Amino acid sequence: MFCILALFLYILILHLMPKITYIDQKGNSKTIEVDNGLTVMEGAIQNNVPGIDADCGGSMACATCHVYVEDSWFNKLPKAEEAEQDMIDMAYKPNKNSRLSCQIIVSDEINGLIVTTPEKQT
Amino acid sequence: MIKTDAVIIGAGPVGLFAVHQLGIKGLKSEVIDNLDKAGGQCIELYPDKPIYDIPAIPECSGKSLTDNLLKQIRPFGSNFHLNERVQEIKEDKGIWILKTNKNKIFTTPNIIIAGGVGSFEPRKLPLKELTKFEEKSVFYSINDKTLLKNKKISIFGGGDSALDWALELSKFSKVTLIHRRDDFRGSPHTINELEKLKADGKIFIKTPFQIKSVNDGKVLKFIEIKDDNEKTEKIETDIILGFFGLIMQLGPIVEWGLNMSKKKIQVNTENFQTNKQGIFAVGDICSYPGKLKLILSGFHEAALASVECFKRARPNEKYRFQFTTSSKEIQDRLGIKK
Repeated sequence: MFCILALFLYILILHLMPKITYIDQKGNSKTIEVDNGLTVMEGAIQNNVPGIDADCGGSMACATCHVYVEDSWFNKLPKAEEAEQDMIDMAYKPNKNSRLSCQIIVSDEINGLIVTTPEKQT
Repeated sequence: MIKTDAVIIGAGPVGLFAVHQLGIKGLKSEVIDNLDKAGGQCIELYPDKPIYDIPAIPECSGKSLTDNLLKQIRPFGSNFHLNERVQEIKEDKGIWILKTNKNKIFTTPNIIIAGGVGSFEPRKLPLKELTKFEEKSVFYSINDKTLLKNKKISIFGGGDSALDWALELSKFSKVTLIHRRDDFRGSPHTINELEKLKADGKIFIKTPFQIKSVNDGKVLKFIEIKDDNEKTEKIETDIILGFFGLIMQLGPIVEWGLNMSKKKIQVNTENFQTNKQGIFAVGDICSYPGKLKLILSGFHEAALASVECFKRARPNEKYRFQFTTSSKEIQDRLGIKK
């Protein structure tokens, strides 16, 4: 009985973890459950999602974790700070939906977030 | 040919501290860095950003950290080979022979790679067709501005370099400044100047635009730019300048036969040696279970690597651990007079 309860709780916890979908330029998509509090960049790095380099490790100093946030999600995210915008200026082919994935913190509010990785990061 | 106890690749904080740790053990070192000054990422990426996690230093800037490290290693008199990159390495009976892009040769039993995330190179515009114009009509840095007189110049970028060059070159050339968004990042004075020149018709500003294409053929004549809605504009252009900061590239290191994963060099945590005897990797460039990319971790890694360097450089001497507080020998090496 306890085992079943534990399993049930485990499944419940898994389901509670926000899901982030990463799509590459060829359309391959990977949906990952990422812990609350991690960044979208960390979710990719820890799960070997290709297309995000994150050379500087998340200190907003390199623009190699650049992603395009899907339209419907873009305005739901907290706005990018100036320093992030300055860094996106340096990214490879930025557009109006560009963000640095190291600055998007995973929470229940962004469960289902979809981002597309650029052709390349540098 | 330069013979030394250790060659340190990378003059960032961890490379500089390696000089110290080798120095107090009586080992001589030479430092090579691709940049024109010491400091690595601390100087190149965030000279003014405060750092809060250096032990016993509640707050410092990348610049002050670098200055203090340079002061700390001054007694050891290591030579700095700046604007220089190690191109090839080979081994001969336990001794490494290094060759730089300026054809300097070093021989040493120890190589400490403290290369951060690689060497810095300018980021380029995302258009393949521009490669053939590079160094003729497309530039990512300016060495001789007289070549840019009386030209039609299109400048890409929105930061200090783009703005400063736009102002400077507008004195004698037709300058169009193109940026992906409306905001520019520069000192208030620079932004004011830019506004003034724009109002007087001396600089043309195109935002939010990015490059789309260039003309075919051998000579650059015009560029096409586009905005987010794919609206395009053509601009007559002789010279393109791009200022998108620097990007880090690992460069020749990847060809040295070191075990690597995800652009990092694998090391053991006992002495931070790689799979090659006598080659060590410390700081952001190394990887091991539990690795943290912190400056303080790099300092620790350099300290441990220096012990193994001593054993390799002085095989006939016994290594003795000593404290700087009590060792007369170390204090002599530091030039401390009592």
